[in-house]
Amino acid sequence: MATPSAGGQAVPLWMGQAHVYPCPSLLSILYAMDSTTPDNEAYGRWKDAYEASPTRDDSFETMSGVPVEPVYGDAPYPGQYPYTRGIHPGMYRGRLWTMRMFAGFGTAEDTNARFKEILRNGGGGLSTAFDMPTLMGYDSDSEWAEGEVGRAGVAVDTLADMEDLFADIDLAKVSTSMTINGPANIALAKYIAVAEKKGIDRAQLSGTIQNDILKEYQAQKEYIYPPRPSMRIVTDMMRYTTAEMPKWHPVSISGYHIREAGSTAAQELAFTLANGFAYVEAAVAAGLEIDAFAKRLSFFFNSHSDFFEELGKFRAARRIWARWMKEHYGAQDESSWKCRFHTQTAGVSLTAQQPEINIARVAIQAFAAAVGGTQSLHTDSYDEALALPTEDAARIALRTQQIVAYETGAAVVADPFGGAPYVEWMTDEMERQAEAIFAHLLDLGNGSILEGVYEGIENGYFVGGIADSAYRFEREVNAGRRIIVGVNAFTEGDDDERQLLRIDPSVEEIQLKRLGEVKQNRNSDAVSQALAKLKADAAVPDLNLMPTTIEAVQAYATEGEITQALADVFGRYTEQAIV
Amino acid sequence: MSADSNSATDEAPERLRIVLAKLGLDGHDRGLKVVARILRDAGMEVIFLGLRQTTSSIVAAVEQEDADAVGLSMHNAGHLTLGPKMVQALADAGLDVPVVIGGIVPAEDEPLLYQAGVAAVLGPGAPATEVVEAVRAAVAQRTA
Repeated sequence: MATPSAGGQAVPLWMGQAHVYPCPSLLSILYAMDSTTPDNEAYGRWKDAYEASPTRDDSFETMSGVPVEPVYGDAPYPGQYPYTRGIHPGMYRGRLWTMRMFAGFGTAEDTNARFKEILRNGGGGLSTAFDMPTLMGYDSDSEWAEGEVGRAGVAVDTLADMEDLFADIDLAKVSTSMTINGPANIALAKYIAVAEKKGIDRAQLSGTIQNDILKEYQAQKEYIYPPRPSMRIVTDMMRYTTAEMPKWHPVSISGYHIREAGSTAAQELAFTLANGFAYVEAAVAAGLEIDAFAKRLSFFFNSHSDFFEELGKFRAARRIWARWMKEHYGAQDESSWKCRFHTQTAGVSLTAQQPEINIARVAIQAFAAAVGGTQSLHTDSYDEALALPTEDAARIALRTQQIVAYETGAAVVADPFGGAPYVEWMTDEMERQAEAIFAHLLDLGNGSILEGVYEGIENGYFVGGIADSAYRFEREVNAGRRIIVGVNAFTEGDDDERQLLRIDPSVEEIQLKRLGEVKQNRNSDAVSQALAKLKADAAVPDLNLMPTTIEAVQAYATEGEITQALADVFGRYTEQAIV
Repeated sequence: MSADSNSATDEAPERLRIVLAKLGLDGHDRGLKVVARILRDAGMEVIFLGLRQTTSSIVAAVEQEDADAVGLSMHNAGHLTLGPKMVQALADAGLDVPVVIGGIVPAEDEPLLYQAGVAAVLGPGAPATEVVEAVRAAVAQRTA
């Protein structure tokens, strides 16, 4: 298959510094034969864009010293609609993907110490993991919280905990990612309140809050209220951040959890993008101009073990999003068409058997994400099927993506697999399957994806579809039709003793004491007033709840109290148990 | 799963009834749902409570449904607290019903769970036959 050099002008091999080849002429002839590009106009536009964007300080050559072009193959080139080949003309030649490792543990003070260490080491991005009670809207002293406080992340009950979490950190200079959904409004309110106390205007705050409530009903199950009032909270936050916080990303639309729950690659792709369309429709219905907020939406995908399927999925995601945003929703701004995404390797693919071999799985998944054009990447630790990751395992995971970035050549050429017949076919196939799902949702919702998603949540379409896929996979593994190395084949060698992470149980005691003190010292009249006002506002559908939520956290109302006040108006969601 | 579903149903005239639940806030329900279908395919009656259950909601279900076993799925490192609590709650209610735990449980924690009275612990990737056998054996031991 011909892969014409998009660079047009071949650089002879002998110009490489390290090696001198005896016979360059033959290769020069081959290059010359391929040097005509099929679409010179598109190529010219790409070249102008590429040359106008800064590149990293790197020689961009192979390990053996062969200089390589920024891209090979056909138009549309990277940075060109529909962005199948990437959202930037030079992709990682401009900037490597962000190596964002998600972590959180113990008390707010413990995590604060970790944040400061990250900042001292030159990192500018902080990523916060909250514990289960915080994610579910319960305080540390709730009966639901027993045994869970500070375990899988940090406990944040009141503004005081958020103050501790970001003590002595200049919030105007860092970018903070908060992985929280059901009580995302409260977490954002606390972050704004902490900044205000430090004298930092909220317009200066930069970061992302996951705030993707739809996938909670479909997969992760960290919901509080029913879907419609929850979507009101999400659109309130989109309206608020669009008006007041231009550097903030109010929703990170996440397929990761959908895949982990057992979906196929195509379901992950389709459900996630459908949720994205649903947020767009909801925000437009709430009065926002599409181009005012669409560029602040971002995505979060899983990278699983079938390399080519994942690659096709990533490429299809960009193409579908661009087409729908431009053609279906009429967005005009190019940045509204670009699907920017974070990727995490597939936790569910990791085996408890011979866990060391998970390092190989993560490496392949990370490579797929890189050549698939991700904007940031979290690599899983090999021991995650056994326990929360140890520091050593997390370091190996980070090193794995550094190897992908600096040793494999994945960051030198954009979309290096583009044009390969199988890869192009897989991209088309992923798109075809996703479009079939969108058609079904449009049908369910009488022409509205948003209504289709609500209906699919209600009638079990999403959870049922995901459970069916998970069961089919398990049956195949059980029947031996699908090999999982170390699990149903090649099982010898699994006898090592391993060091696993244990969370200090005293964290719970410390946090309970902290919460007790805050409750003792706050003005309880102010708390009741703020909660009453929040309830009154919640009953008025058009009011934006963010300002009142900020007032409530400033009065040191707890997360549990605020969610209860809203649940009094909105109700609590309970899932219909479907097997 | 089809291959193993005949042996015990021939021997046991009554269908074995098992309550499956996630205890506490942990929302990882993929494994529990797969296990529900595996046990159902093996001829058992599954009372699927799903997410966000408490020891008392599970005890109530066992009483109401006259269940023979309880299956819990744990992924949030809460097994050492919640496993023994479940065993105790069933004992307090005067129910002689075995508890089987699956999910992410480090091997070194298994003896602690057995000591606390948990009947069986199944690790990640346990094959379907092992899951079915573990439940049957746990029930058989109680009724023997």
